[in-house]
Amino acid sequence: MVAVPQAKDIENKENTRKTVLSIDDLHVWFELKRFGFGHAGYVKAVDGVTFDIHESETIAVVGESGCGKSSLMKTILALYKPTKGKIVFDNKDLSELDNKGLHWYRSHVGYVQQDPYGALAPFMTVQRILEEPLIVGGIKDKENRIQRIHKAMEEVKLTPVNDFLQKFPHMLSGGQQQRVVIARAMIMEPKLLVADEPVSMLDASVRVEILKLLSNLQEKHNLSVIYITHDLSTVSYFSERIFVMYAGNLVEKAKVRQVVDNPLHPYTMALLTGTSEPDAKNAETFKELPPGEPPSLVNPPTGCRFHPRCSKVIKGLCDVKFPPEFEPEPGHLVACWLYQ
Amino acid sequence: MTQNNRLLRIEELVLYFNTRQGPVQAVDGVDFVLDHNRAVVVLGESGCGKSSLAKAILRLLPRNAGTYSGHIYLEGRDIMPLTEEEFRQNIRWASISMVPQAAMNALNPVIRVGDQVGEPAIVHLGVDKTEAISLVKKMFRHVGVPEDFISRYPFELSGGMRQRVAIAMALVTSPILIILDEPTSALDVLTQANIFNVLKRLKKELGISFILITHDIATSSELADDVAVMYAGQIVEVSDAYRFFDKPLHPYSQKLMASVPRLHGDTEPDFITGQPPSLINLPKGCRFADRCPARFEKCAEDPLVIETDDRKVKCWLYS
Repeated sequence: MVAVPQAKDIENKENTRKTVLSIDDLHVWFELKRFGFGHAGYVKAVDGVTFDIHESETIAVVGESGCGKSSLMKTILALYKPTKGKIVFDNKDLSELDNKGLHWYRSHVGYVQQDPYGALAPFMTVQRILEEPLIVGGIKDKENRIQRIHKAMEEVKLTPVNDFLQKFPHMLSGGQQQRVVIARAMIMEPKLLVADEPVSMLDASVRVEILKLLSNLQEKHNLSVIYITHDLSTVSYFSERIFVMYAGNLVEKAKVRQVVDNPLHPYTMALLTGTSEPDAKNAETFKELPPGEPPSLVNPPTGCRFHPRCSKVIKGLCDVKFPPEFEPEPGHLVACWLYQ
Repeated sequence: MTQNNRLLRIEELVLYFNTRQGPVQAVDGVDFVLDHNRAVVVLGESGCGKSSLAKAILRLLPRNAGTYSGHIYLEGRDIMPLTEEEFRQNIRWASISMVPQAAMNALNPVIRVGDQVGEPAIVHLGVDKTEAISLVKKMFRHVGVPEDFISRYPFELSGGMRQRVAIAMALVTSPILIILDEPTSALDVLTQANIFNVLKRLKKELGISFILITHDIATSSELADDVAVMYAGQIVEVSDAYRFFDKPLHPYSQKLMASVPRLHGDTEPDFITGQPPSLINLPKGCRFADRCPARFEKCAEDPLVIETDDRKVKCWLYS
């Protein structure tokens, strides 16, 4: 029998874990231009997001398309500049990094794209694809590069390695392509991996295989992983904490089990209702879902952004005042007036 | 034959594609039946021939189509011997329509959605434009698209709305059967659930039958009355949804079911090792044998379809 760790132990362990990336009140706005120069407002893709991610921790950011999760991810990858707020990695503020600093940062952050076929250059062989980051990373010795390519490919189980090195992406199956993408993300031995819907383009039977691979790599290398997805059912196997994102805000932050077993925000509840499990009884009932669609991020609703679709709306409060974060149970944060 | 409840009976349907490497056996002797106002789900991995099956039923054949044979009985009448023109006038879209894969991106970007949705009605039913538009409005109400969207262009609609428009286009000629090819695979969770609500309502209110082609077992259960599992061009299991989702028979179906991640419960999902065989060089005997955990000597022979309790399974384990 393995001793079950007490809640207190886990808490302590978490407190001692080092913070890898910390995001504070991040805003990413895109300016809309009228006729090329007049100002026509902002798309508020990320509007006040705060969280920390610790060493060897996996978090999931869950939300629908258009909720700003890709903008959040691209800002973390330092592809977009934040409008307001800051991102701190390893005690360094990203906005203060010069070109050399960004080079350093990017060699410590891996990125797994959503569509493996689109992410791999069709005219490059697997070897060339994996060699590229090493050349950019300044590893001059060819022998050394080849060695590291072999190691990375063995880790993602693209074996026998020599069978794959000279292949082009179109000769590989979807699952194998995604393995190449993961090998490329891992080849510089990053501390943080950002995975943007890594399995949504894959077949159901391959999804689990790739998720297991990612979680093995995470354990082996003490990686921190930000897993971005809209599919709640895969999250519970893979992450410790879930952040639910809606219209540019994080509306609920908690441990996976807390969210799945006891969702607090009405939007999270809707997401859980919308997620199907294989059961023939499903065909007999209609699902109760919030009406309408996510709001435009140019003119988001006042107050809580979910209030026009929410069935538990409190008139005069939800539509007026933006909800702060409440903590109805320890470690379970929710931005909803129901819990004030 | 027409008095009973049978809508569609497919026998020994074969569709091969010619390539330089040899024929691709995409649909290789498929049999199944579908009753009125029922929905059958065709489950399978990509490359198992499930989209080709849809094309074979609607006779939407690409230029490199080779062997195309078998029987498709629609309400008792074999539609395979029909000429291309008869098929176009009486079957395609008039009786059987389809929502193609990634339909939301299949809309013409420079034509207003109302005109696009009305077009099949003009072509197949011979109605005039005003009547077509009133039909479109009716269909938009059925699928939950606001009527004033008629004069919008596809880029002005969200993904979910475009998918609904594509479903309206399949509905506008009042067919008795709609084939849905991966209708929700590119959509968000809530949009997906909404589309399935729409499909369930159509089935209940209009009595339409569906063939739903998908690889997503969890969402397929939202519509399924019956399930057909396809592997390497063949149907390996046919069952009613209740017993299938409870206890699939074929080892491939069992593996597929085990690979579904679940929200509740602690069972670790499993995956199927290896890859499906190439449809050009198919192995002799059972096509799943290489990946099957339960294989034994007999699997070197091609398994028969075995019928137990109204369920069919193509596996020697049940002989």
